[in-house]
Amino acid sequence: MSAQPLHFVSPAQFRGRVSEALADDGLRDNFRSAMNFLRDKRASQFPDPVETEALRDLGEAVRKHALAHLPALLEKLEANLQARGVEVHWADTPDEACALIHRIATEAGAQRVIKGKSMVSEEVELNHYLEARGIDCLESDMGEYIVQLAGERPSHIVMPAIHKTKQDIARLFEQKIPGAGYTEDVDALIHTGRQVLRERFMQADIGISGVNFAIAETGTLWLVENEGNGRLSTTVPDIHIAMMGIEKVVDTLEHALPLASLLPRSATGQAATTYFNLITGPRRPGDQDGPRRMHLVLLDNGRSQAYADAQLRATLQCIRCGACMNHCPVYARVGGHAYGTTYPGPIGQILSPHLLGLEASRDLPTASSLCGACAEVCPVRIPIPSLLMRLRTEANRAPGARTAQPLAGQGASFSLGQKLVWRFWSGIYARTGPYRLLRWAATRLRRWAPRRQMGWTQHRTPLVPAARSLHDLMKARRMAVSDRDVKKM
Amino acid sequence: MSARDRILARLRAAEPGAPVAVPDVAGYYARRSRLTATELLSQLCARLRASRADVKVAAPDAWASVAAEALQQRGVRRLALGSCARAVTLAAALPDTIETVRFDGAIEGWKRALFETVDAGFTPASAGIAATGALLLNHGGALPRTLSLVPPVSLVCVDVHDLYDDLHHAASVQRWADDMPTNRVLVSSPSRTADIQQTLAYGAHGPRELIVVVIADGETA
Ligand code: SF4
Repeated sequence: MSAQPLHFVSPAQFRGRVSEALADDGLRDNFRSAMNFLRDKRASQFPDPVETEALRDLGEAVRKHALAHLPALLEKLEANLQARGVEVHWADTPDEACALIHRIATEAGAQRVIKGKSMVSEEVELNHYLEARGIDCLESDMGEYIVQLAGERPSHIVMPAIHKTKQDIARLFEQKIPGAGYTEDVDALIHTGRQVLRERFMQADIGISGVNFAIAETGTLWLVENEGNGRLSTTVPDIHIAMMGIEKVVDTLEHALPLASLLPRSATGQAATTYFNLITGPRRPGDQDGPRRMHLVLLDNGRSQAYADAQLRATLQCIRCGACMNHCPVYARVGGHAYGTTYPGPIGQILSPHLLGLEASRDLPTASSLCGACAEVCPVRIPIPSLLMRLRTEANRAPGARTAQPLAGQGASFSLGQKLVWRFWSGIYARTGPYRLLRWAATRLRRWAPRRQMGWTQHRTPLVPAARSLHDLMKARRMAVSDRDVKKM
Repeated sequence: MSARDRILARLRAAEPGAPVAVPDVAGYYARRSRLTATELLSQLCARLRASRADVKVAAPDAWASVAAEALQQRGVRRLALGSCARAVTLAAALPDTIETVRFDGAIEGWKRALFETVDAGFTPASAGIAATGALLLNHGGALPRTLSLVPPVSLVCVDVHDLYDDLHHAASVQRWADDMPTNRVLVSSPSRTADIQQTLAYGAHGPRELIVVVIADGETA
């Protein structure tokens, strides 16, 4: 497994990294046991299939409703946030988002940033951007803190350090934290992290957080967490900057309630997380604490491309619970880093092509057996396998072919040779005479079947046609039966 | 064109989807069976205890001394509290060994003292949610957010008449959406994390301990 930071790897080298990951027994053990743990925890939260399915229907309906009214809801959210004194910013690209935040920091003369968990900030590589410009940016979620200390990237969207054992973390803390000795005691390790970070919460000028649900009606940002670092990041520093993808909005507070039940149960198998943190604006007159200024950065970064297409729009229903990766046989074997994307696993496979283009992510939609486990657990019923199929189609569409909503990188996997083979095959298959001839030839000449059959024989024994086709076998059987019937008479 | 206008224009130009109904959230929750008052109390206590909160049930005239005793047992010496009626009652019941701390003015003036010298914080809850074992804290105004967050021990009291089946029940009866305070927080356990090898550890950043006193008339759980 590559321990390099994500910006040195890319989803384009996915296949190579898969082989490395598969050969790493330790890594496979870590993921295997972590996935089993998370699956069991989730299952324990959904004991009643009738309630589960009804709640998933409701979650899906809420997300579909929000997406159907997305532009209007974003404007409503913006207006209600502004009425509360929140400054709302819009960013088309990761660079725009980083530049916006950098400007806020510079104008405030801020030097120290403390971060709650935010996948959008990972997506835009904010830490890197700010650090390159002399601003200290520290992750405060324990998992995120661990991967940042190790110079790595999260390998799971909910449990960032899931690829590490406590021994790995014990060594890491011993090396990187002055005064921390080697201990494998998890309570002691967490205590060490707590001590380091507490001081930093006190000193930070800016706190940055993600958003789980944004409520348009009330201008409320709803954050879900267990540690309290999200609350600290959004409460103690003088400035709070929240970041979210444009799809995270829902209409009313009531609409957020079923999602707030589905998310923790699907993600970590908890009825509720330790904290639901509902923030409505910065410190008001009469409040004693809370940030004095508050900003929200809305990021598109390819989401509007998924939105443009009525089928692919379902990608944006996601509430980032991670259940799809926890249940994915591919993710469980190769781990999160192999994907080379901010979002690994099934959700990453359907989302990354919009964020990065199909050129860079063409192999991702193929990393699936289409077993459907992801769609079966998805709390908002995203039909992940059919979206994967659709992305495969788009990756193989002729680059110049005209479509209503072309995707960036359309045709990235297109190969004229393959196209011709398929055309030849479908031509024969549709005609009786040529098909019979081919069948006859394939069964009779089977001994000359090629030993090397492109991708197939990389991992499997060569395919050899059967000695008799199904048609021939059926014909022989029919004749035997009618023979017997004749004899009976 | 600004990024805002570009993004909104792209969204508005998208292919129309199938018509979507307004989700019937209220209908879904209305179909669920309601708990009795006794069940509400026992479920809330059971859920909170399962997430490692120390839950006490006490009569209206005894809750403050029950809370004071729980603080004393933990060796708390400095307790931060707000200025509400409950805080006044609690302060009156504290032994001499526990000093009360009331912060005046903005956090900038007392941040360091809060982080470094306070052992416990007291916050009265406005609701208890039985389904998830959670307590609602309406922070803002006289109830600073940091009181339930920074001190290592968090003490919360809740009135037995403020218990609800689930979030939807509480949010609709108390009409949350009509008036959102700066910060509504639902708390269901001490601060915790499972980020190191899925091993549960408490006191990740927030309070290591959560003491809950349910103020009930008569029955105990
Ligand atoms: S696609 Fe579904 S299962 Fe996967 S993270 Fe998103 S909401 Fe969860």
